[in-house]
Amino acid sequence: MTRARNLAIGLLALIFVASLFANFFAPAPYAAQFREFVSAPRSHRFWLGTDDLGRDRWSRLLYGTRISLLLAPAAALLSTVMAVVIGGIAGYAGGWWDRIVRRVIDVFLSIPWLFLFLIVRALLPLNASPFASVAITFTIMGLIGWAPAARIIRAGALSLRNSDLVLQARACGSTGPRLLFVHIAPNLKPVICAQFWIAIPTFILGEASLGLIGLGVAEPLPSWGNLLRELVNPRAVAANPWILAPLAVLVVVVSCFQLLLPEKEFAS
Amino acid sequence: MKRLLVSFAMTAATLLAQWGGELRFCLRSDPKTFNPLLVDDEASETIRYLTGGVLIRVNRLTQELEPELAASWKISRQGRVITFQLRRGVSFSDGTPFTADDVAYTIRALMDPALHSPTGDSFRSAPGGIATNISAPNQITIAFPAPVAGLERLFDQVAILSSRSPRKAPPVLGPFVVARYTPGTEVVLERNPHYWKTDAGGRHLPYLDQIRLDIQQNREIELARFTRGELQLINTIDPEMFTRLARQEPALVRDAGPSLESEMMWFNQNPMAPLPDYEKIWFRSQNFRRAISAAINRADLCRVVYYGHAQPAAGPISPANRSWFDARLQPHGYDPKDALDRLRRDGFHLDSGVLRDRDGHPVEFSLITNSGNKARERMAAMIQQDLAAIGIKLNIVTLDFRSLIERISQSFHYEACLLGLTNYDLDPSSQMNVWLSSAGDHQWYPNQKTPATAWEAEIDRLMQAQAATVDREKRKTYFDRVQEIVSDQAPFLYLITKNSLSAVSPKLHNAAPAMISPQTYWNAEYLALAPAQLARNAR
Repeated sequence: MTRARNLAIGLLALIFVASLFANFFAPAPYAAQFREFVSAPRSHRFWLGTDDLGRDRWSRLLYGTRISLLLAPAAALLSTVMAVVIGGIAGYAGGWWDRIVRRVIDVFLSIPWLFLFLIVRALLPLNASPFASVAITFTIMGLIGWAPAARIIRAGALSLRNSDLVLQARACGSTGPRLLFVHIAPNLKPVICAQFWIAIPTFILGEASLGLIGLGVAEPLPSWGNLLRELVNPRAVAANPWILAPLAVLVVVVSCFQLLLPEKEFAS
Repeated sequence: MKRLLVSFAMTAATLLAQWGGELRFCLRSDPKTFNPLLVDDEASETIRYLTGGVLIRVNRLTQELEPELAASWKISRQGRVITFQLRRGVSFSDGTPFTADDVAYTIRALMDPALHSPTGDSFRSAPGGIATNISAPNQITIAFPAPVAGLERLFDQVAILSSRSPRKAPPVLGPFVVARYTPGTEVVLERNPHYWKTDAGGRHLPYLDQIRLDIQQNREIELARFTRGELQLINTIDPEMFTRLARQEPALVRDAGPSLESEMMWFNQNPMAPLPDYEKIWFRSQNFRRAISAAINRADLCRVVYYGHAQPAAGPISPANRSWFDARLQPHGYDPKDALDRLRRDGFHLDSGVLRDRDGHPVEFSLITNSGNKARERMAAMIQQDLAAIGIKLNIVTLDFRSLIERISQSFHYEACLLGLTNYDLDPSSQMNVWLSSAGDHQWYPNQKTPATAWEAEIDRLMQAQAATVDREKRKTYFDRVQEIVSDQAPFLYLITKNSLSAVSPKLHNAAPAMISPQTYWNAEYLALAPAQLARNAR
């Protein structure tokens, strides 16, 4: 298992570095349209061929990876922090606060987010730059993605609150913040970390799904979502298998993140 | 000559074809209605076209009017009155005779305000009732309160109803009758045993026994079924699939040339729009609009987005509309230098690659379009790059269709919009709702109390003048002038006109795809299957 995790770390590091320094590795700007080479096959000039606007797929994959890999962890961090605050306090405090939070979580889990996302996107300022639009997309995903993690963290906090460990700490005179931050929070760390790592691939796939219906990252900025839109046409995939490259990178990255989950989480 | 050749081809093919068999093709959705007076969607229109008998038919190939249930007609009192001499010996599909009473009944139903018939709206030229007068069993006169421009063409859309038969399964006068409808699955049409037309050899039409319309939204599945031989035609096919199919089987695809569908963009010129004042000044400037038009490479849009199956558009009327297209108009050419010259005339200047107006505001605006339309999204991305070449930053925003319509028709919270336009009716009077400054579909600035500009006032005057006369030459002169003003002022930047693309099995005889809808089955009564296809159907 350790060897697999090391391999995952190595692969992730390689992909991170390649995408972070896309300016050096990409042979062309991601938006440049080579209109005389539309849907060109793989060649020395275009390593993965060109898309249907004549843009170099390899360059777009590097820049798209950078965007998805930087913003997905940020959104995951946002949703995890919200989940810790809301779920952790609900589990620790109990009573009416816990009842309210449980209802709010139920409501959040039952809302059809796709439609809400359509509405929110329609309300956004029109002149948001492509980068602002991608940042907003991931922020919205972060803001609405906290509920499943909050439910798990609440359950963990609730079980710790009633545990012998906390009972003993109370008997020793620990109360309030000390009890929360010194005794409960460290014991929740594996659960919190697991939720964070799980959220990253979820958000990557979420953005990819939005990209498939044309609501992801705005043109001309590439992301895995809009790169994966090319796969909608199965015949094109058969004719140009190299358009599977974004999917391959996505599978590798998501698999690596899954391998990085704490071992305790695997055991459970 | 073209008509003669088609007739010859049809006669020759008829000799090879056999009577009977089932033609199969797809509808993209369930028909919303089977009432021919309430049709406003494509699937219902298909059913109406194949089952409805009309007084006058527009020949989709020649675009000329042809007598159908009316043996002849005469327009009088400057387009206020039309008199039809009806064909004798015609029966509905239930065997009841067709008379002038049926025409009068249909007109009354069509114009009933409680019915809200979209077809009836085209006949409402002015307030007041429409009178019908039956002077003989086969002669009827219809009088309108005001002249109706292009009156006779409007009857192409009016399927005659029976005044005597039951409402539940109304009989029809067209070549086919609806035999079965399974929601979400299929509509089956069977030949009308009482259909009045015969071919040159005296054989009763239609040749086909049945048409099966499979309801299929997925165009990939439709294409796969067509290539397997399960379908005999695809009425309209998108350029990407057309190109793919052409590579595999060049004999199956037909490009009939420019269609009535075009793509265009426009700027929001509404003074009440929640936009900065300096942007409103840009958008109201003719030089600015013409500069943007000159900066867009229409030839590339046609080549890259439509795989060469589109033409740069010159104006509001497509070359497919032979009667009203103004051949003197040319598409705005791609000329970034001319674009910058025009912008300089309005005080714009380039500053380190960024275009700024005379007050220093960088030129940046958003272009909204509907999400999920791949061709439109690709066009937007190409326009974005074209405008970047003259220092303009374009932000593309894709919205779901309802949000987009809300912005362009209610809140007016947008800067520029990219959408498509389809003119189903060839007559310019059908576009009054777009060109009159007081109209709701006058997209760049709708519902004006008085025309905002002199050129819009001139368009108003010309459109009203062409609608008030039946003199064909005068109408053409007026409408040509409208097209010239629109091309010059560029309230709409017409980008491309799509070609009419279809796929037809070689086993289907007499198919002659046309530029206007319905492209492939406009002569459904003459369509026939080759013996091999009949044998396959029988299996």
